[in-house]
Amino acid sequence: MTATARSAKDTAQAELHLRMLRQMLLVRRFEEKTAEAYALGKIGGFCHLYIGQEAVGVGALAALRDDDYVICSYREHGQALIKGISANAVMAELFGKATGCSKGKGGSMHLFDAKRGFMGGHGIVGGHLPLGAGLAFASKYKGSDQVSLCFFGEAAVNIGAFHETLNMASVWKLPVIFLCENNRYGMGTAFERVAAVTDIVEHACSYDMAAELVDGMNVLTVYEATRRAVERARKQSHPTLLEVRTYRFMGHSMSDPLHGVYRTKDEVEEQKARDPITHLAGKLKEDGVIDQAALDAMDAEIHAEVEAAVKFADESPDPDPAELFTDVLVD
Amino acid sequence: MATLTYRDALNQALREEMQRDPSVFLMGEEVGVYQGAYKVSRGLLEEFGPQRVVDTPIAELGFAGIGVGAAMGGLRPVIEFMTWNFAVLALDQIVNSAAKMLYMSGGQIPMPIVFRGPNGAALQLSSQHSQAWESWVAHMPGLKVVAPATPADAKGLLKSAIRDNNPVIVLEGEMLYNVKGDVPDGEHVVPIGRADIKREGSDVTLVCHSKTVTVALKAAEQLAQDNISAEVLDLRSIRPLDEAAILESVKKTNRAIVVEEGWPHAGIGAQIVDIIQRDAFDDLDAPVQRVTQADVPMPYNKHLERAAKPSPEKVVAAARRVLYLDT
Repeated sequence: MTATARSAKDTAQAELHLRMLRQMLLVRRFEEKTAEAYALGKIGGFCHLYIGQEAVGVGALAALRDDDYVICSYREHGQALIKGISANAVMAELFGKATGCSKGKGGSMHLFDAKRGFMGGHGIVGGHLPLGAGLAFASKYKGSDQVSLCFFGEAAVNIGAFHETLNMASVWKLPVIFLCENNRYGMGTAFERVAAVTDIVEHACSYDMAAELVDGMNVLTVYEATRRAVERARKQSHPTLLEVRTYRFMGHSMSDPLHGVYRTKDEVEEQKARDPITHLAGKLKEDGVIDQAALDAMDAEIHAEVEAAVKFADESPDPDPAELFTDVLVD
Repeated sequence: MATLTYRDALNQALREEMQRDPSVFLMGEEVGVYQGAYKVSRGLLEEFGPQRVVDTPIAELGFAGIGVGAAMGGLRPVIEFMTWNFAVLALDQIVNSAAKMLYMSGGQIPMPIVFRGPNGAALQLSSQHSQAWESWVAHMPGLKVVAPATPADAKGLLKSAIRDNNPVIVLEGEMLYNVKGDVPDGEHVVPIGRADIKREGSDVTLVCHSKTVTVALKAAEQLAQDNISAEVLDLRSIRPLDEAAILESVKKTNRAIVVEEGWPHAGIGAQIVDIIQRDAFDDLDAPVQRVTQADVPMPYNKHLERAAKPSPEKVVAAARRVLYLDT
């Protein structure tokens, strides 16, 4: 490799890393604002924050093409933002406004942007796993090389849909990536209390599927593992199971405590010391890609973007009352 | 016009729609190599290949959901359940994914999918394999539900279902597959939401659908011997319901009986009675009667089974009640 080629590669890599840092910060600041707005009663219902898990969504989506499909559980604000839905449209949806990405009909758990291949947040644990495989089925049927990336929590591994779907995805060789975000707790139940096999990655053996165990607090390892899975899906049309070990710094939803009966404050603090944003920022400073002043400027810019999103959502109109009866059926 | 069985009429609809639109595919248990548990998909694997006629494992929830995902990806899946008794395992996908996708996405994701399979009581299959699911699926906004009674309607409604851009539940009568009838060749499409008078009459309206159309026609035959003229109104679609046709017939006959294979509690008949009492109250000469499956799980013993099912005799008895002939 020539010096110029190396330097071009380094530049591209630095740009990628900066983009991932920015995306993680955006998700973090967005979710912090979401918590504030929820406390103020601007957001209703169930609301599940992504704080602590940002490296998973950001690293994985960095490995995708724009036209690839992403489908998620109800903890999907982060992935929606990273897939390119504006902070305005996501926040407005959380506020239930007409300008939201689902016109105020979906809310926190059902963010959608079909044009961007963001095929939703889905509210029934494990229910969207077959949908992820079905999107891959459609790609393969049409002869396109779009892949489908399906995020779910570790608690979904105990549900029948997980096993049925992995089996069929493997039998039919579907270009899908099952990305399990193992944050250790299904609401307040530690995974090891309810799962006979606690290394989720081992389930891949039952379905003759490629699999990787990934450190979810390191955005770069998530990116690399997902890249390999995407390659496998796009080139060979083979599915992959990724177990990405992560941790949520917040409660299961906004109505839950950070810790308490099911996990200790010490455990949460210990995990917060592994903050994926601090980790990447530290590395990029070490590499000389960013300095503190630039990081502060990036953070200030994101703050402003998120503030603007809150203002936009707040000032947006509620859906027209006639919207109650639209979108039930296509005419 | 050819004489076909209900089974072959459905087969013709599937074949013609698959020829017409390459995005239509069939998926389910035994649909391919085995040629269909009820032979509805006979010959389709040979004509369209394994990519479009997809044999699945016994995993209703999983393959129904893969169908929904495929529809999200722009295809037009036809998901066959070996029977609706097994489809209940897939209800999460039908109810929470297919029926609500358009609404909760704010109109972004249409759901052109068909869920079909045999429904209703069969013969001596006992409790788990012999029941009618109409009221379960018709309860839900976001779904259309059809239940054809004749080979011609089976072909025409399945074609409409496949062409519809909404999720459509096609309830095929398990006891109707061998029934023969005239079926128009080629382009024969029956619009969803339109009832059909299968026999005209003036004294009492028998509202029915699917298998109970046969029951009502036999009852009408018996009633005719006593000079009672019964109108047999086949709903064909359960959702949307042809309310205008129901009201028009009741306004003519002033008496109605609803006949269904489902249980009475929260059944389809309850919905129809509600429409009639609300919008044709002044036209009624007697309270509307219902003939339903007995409010028990289906028994195995054939005498008990017969006693549990709607029958022409039960319909005749109900007709005599609304005509005050047995008081």
